[in-house]
Parts: sequence; structure tokens; C-alpha cells
Amino acid sequence: MSDPNIIFSVLIKLNALTGGLFLLTAFGTVAMRQVLASLNIFILQSILLAASAFLLGCQHRSLHLFAVAGITLVTKSVLIPFLLRRTLNQEVYARREISQVLNIPTSLLIVVALTIFAYFLSSPLLSVADEPFVKSNLPIGIAGILLGAYVVMVRREAVPQVIGILSMENGAFFAGVSIASGLPLIAELAAAFDVLIIAFVMGLLTRRIHERVGTTDVGRMTSLKEE
Amino acid sequence: MTNRIFFNVIQVLVVMAFAPLVKGILNRLKENIQSKRGPSIFQPYRDIWKLFHKDEVVSEQSSWIFRATPYVVFVTPIFVTLLIPVLTGYPLFFAFMGDMLGGGFILALGGFFATLAAIDTANPYGPMGASRTRMVGFLAEPVFMIVFFTVSFVAGSTIPYIVQKHWVTPLANFFEPSHVLVMLAFLMLIIAEAGRIPVDNPAGHFELAMIDESKGLEYSGRGAALVKWGGAMKFFVLLCIFLNVLVTPWGLAQGEALAEILLAVPLVLLKIFFFVLVLVVIESSFAKLRLFRITEFLGAAFVTSVAAMIIRLLET
Repeated sequence: MSDPNIIFSVLIKLNALTGGLFLLTAFGTVAMRQVLASLNIFILQSILLAASAFLLGCQHRSLHLFAVAGITLVTKSVLIPFLLRRTLNQEVYARREISQVLNIPTSLLIVVALTIFAYFLSSPLLSVADEPFVKSNLPIGIAGILLGAYVVMVRREAVPQVIGILSMENGAFFAGVSIASGLPLIAELAAAFDVLIIAFVMGLLTRRIHERVGTTDVGRMTSLKEE
Repeated sequence: MTNRIFFNVIQVLVVMAFAPLVKGILNRLKENIQSKRGPSIFQPYRDIWKLFHKDEVVSEQSSWIFRATPYVVFVTPIFVTLLIPVLTGYPLFFAFMGDMLGGGFILALGGFFATLAAIDTANPYGPMGASRTRMVGFLAEPVFMIVFFTVSFVAGSTIPYIVQKHWVTPLANFFEPSHVLVMLAFLMLIIAEAGRIPVDNPAGHFELAMIDESKGLEYSGRGAALVKWGGAMKFFVLLCIFLNVLVTPWGLAQGEALAEILLAVPLVLLKIFFFVLVLVVIESSFAKLRLFRITEFLGAAFVTSVAAMIIRLLET
């Protein structure tokens, strides 16, 4: 009798752990200086997202959450990094310093404030939900969205901005999987495919920018220029 | 009662005896990874022995602080040893004299005196290293505080013996996100506090780049030996707090028999050995940070510990 309870509590803790690490990787995308390091952090975050979907699948005993985990693992941690690596040349990734609007310690403090804000934002929603998984995952997902948006705002380089958008999507997914675990598989598939296309298009766009202007430092492109 | 005092003394002796060995193993493994042969793992013992047999030179310009500091640096880790679980899983005689915060203060006292002594001799490199250590120190302080707050909030106590029990009863507590995040933050703190590689290079001999080492440059003979030994013991004590309280609270003696206590010694050393392996990997795969990047490193530690606190506070 007590056996399912123990499994349940361990599942809750493990899920909370993936949530905590997910939040940490979201901090990582803000704190990393190298382009390659932030791409690696994004891969890690996607793996954690897949792990969370897998744990939720264990909890709800639903096959399609396992499928979601598999799709996430394949698209986000293998295909998208591969695409981003292939469409852009190596010189972009070899650069060690990403220029940004605010320095990193300030960014980290703002990010902490954003996280707390996310918790307060989700607290009225949490009073409706009574599932422990929703309680731990929803605020972290919202924090992921906010942090991704912050990365897009603060970085001046194209590739980290792309990674910011993708990690926003990761955050939305992280919250969404826990709220609406009964979403039809076709919707998840469409979303995953969508992200793939987005990454591909943005990668190509960045490549074009790089070819035309010779840099991916989009922060300096403030005015249009005619040749 | 007398038993427990006796065990406490054994703890101190273990820390004194094995602290240089840990340093030796760490240095040896680091050199091995760089495909060198490296010094013997007993080299720190030989260094300390040699220094004890040499004459001490003390500058005439220096005050009593310079002469007293080696003893303070040597004694403070011993006091902390009395407070923390090194070998036993149950509180010993002095366990309730001070909590983890108290231990932190005692260690900070040693650091404070080392700083004063470094400034005292007016050796140009001493004050430089001292001010850098203080910089790292005051950046690490808030992280320390938040880690302790989180730990005491989660476990309901700041006494290390009680905290250590909390993580494993039931085992699911071990996987708590706040626990893992606190572990990460504390690992970064240990690296900063012990002057290991992303923050400071302990093997460097270039005075301008030194942070931690340059404070002891002026010491010779017995003073140098005590400072060296004290530094090794401080490192050992930090590892004990990290491993026995936060990461792996297993393998400690639970009974009162002497044999069990003695059995705990190799187990604790084994744990430390595995952690040293991890540390060597970290040290070999990162470059030393520039001085003003240390803010970012400790900022990351701060954010990690704050995240641990937030998750814990708002999850229920």
C-alpha cells in the first residue's frame, strides 16, 4: 500500500529537482560569456525539459508524454544545435566574449528579481491547481519565459538572442507540459516542428547578416544603410 | 561523557594528521593529469618537517600581530573541528557550543589575522594579496549567509549534526532541489575560499597574480610551517563540512565503540579522495579567472543560493 506513495514522493522530488536545475540553466543562459557555452547550456536545458516530461509521463502513466519527451530530446538537444552549428560558420562560436547591454553581475541580480516576480505572478494560478507537479513547474516555466526574454533584450549578439528565444520556448513548454498534460500529440509535434523551422530560419538569417555585414553584432545595427 | 571528549580529541588528531596528505594527493593528481610525475603525496609532511627545523626570521619592524598570527591560523581550524561531524554521526561533547555560522566566524578570524599580518610587514606583495583576499572574502560572505539560511530553513537547525540527519531521513529529501542548489553554491564557495583554480592558482609562483599565497610570503621557519599546516587543515575542515554535512552524510560512525570510530577514518578519507578527484577535474578544465571576473563567479554562486532559497520558500 505504501509502495505507490513512496514512488510518488520520489517522483515529486525528482521533478522538483529537474525544475531547480532547469531554473539554474536559465540563469546560465544569462551568465555565460561564450557563444558556445550558452549553446551547451541550451542543450542541457532541453535535456532537463525532456526529463521533466518523462517524469510527468511516469506520474500520469501516459504514453504520449513519453513521446513528447522523445521528440523534445531529438529536436531540441540534437537537431537544433546541429542546425545552428551548421548554418553559421565556426568563427561565430570561437568568439569568447559576448557584448551585452548590462554587465553580468547586474544581470544576475535582475534575473533573481525576475524569478521572484514569476513566483508571485503564478501564485494566483497555483491556488486553483492542487497538483504538486503544477505547483513546482508552473512558476519555473514562467521564470524560464521571462529569463529568455531578458536574454533577448540584453545580448547584442545574434546567436545568443536566438538561444534566448529558444529558451523562452523551453520555458513555455516546461510550464505547458505540466498544466495541460492531455494535449494531443499532434499539437506537440507541430510545436516541436515549428521550433525547428524557427531555429533554421533564424540561423539562415544570422548567416546572411554575417555574410553581408561581416559581424553578428546586431546591437550596432541601428540604422538602415543603402549601397 | 569522557568517551565523547575522547572522540572529540580523536577528531582533532585525525584532522591534524591527514590534512597535509589531502593537499599532497591533490597536488600529485593535478601533476599526473598534466602528464607529469608530480611530487610524492607525502611532500607536504616533509615540507612542514623541514620548516620546523629551520630558524625563523622576523622583521624588526613588525608588531606582535605578525608573531601571533601563525598560532591563530593554526588553532582556528582545530576549534572548528570540535564543532563539526568529522567521524561521528552523533553530536560530540563540544557540538552544541556553536553552529555552522559560529564555525564560519572562527575560520574568518584566522583569515582576518592572516590579513593583518600580511599588512604588518609592509612587504609590497603582502598588502596586495591581503586586499585581494578581502575582496574575494566580502563577495563570498553573502553567499555563505544565504547558504546557511537556506540550510537552516530546510533542516530547521544550524547545528551541523542535525542538518546532516535531515538530508537522508527520508532519502527523498536528498533530491530536494534546494539541497542540490545549495550543494552547488557551497562547492563554488569552497573553490573561492580555498583559493582553487577558477578563482586563484595555488601552484603559481608569480607574486603579482597571487591572491591567497602572498599573505604568507614573509614567514619562515616555524611560522611558515604553522601557516602551511593551518591552511591544509582549513581546507580539510571545509571539505568535511561539505561532504559530511551536505553531500554524503553516509559512512560516519553511529555507535560509541572505538572500533567504529577508527573504521570511519578510512571511509571519510575515501569520500575526500573522490571529492579531490572531482576537484582535480574542475581545476584542470578551467582557466584561472581574471581578478575582476571573480565577481561574476561569486555572483553566480550567490544567484544559485538565492534560487535555492526561493524554491524552498515558495514551493509549498
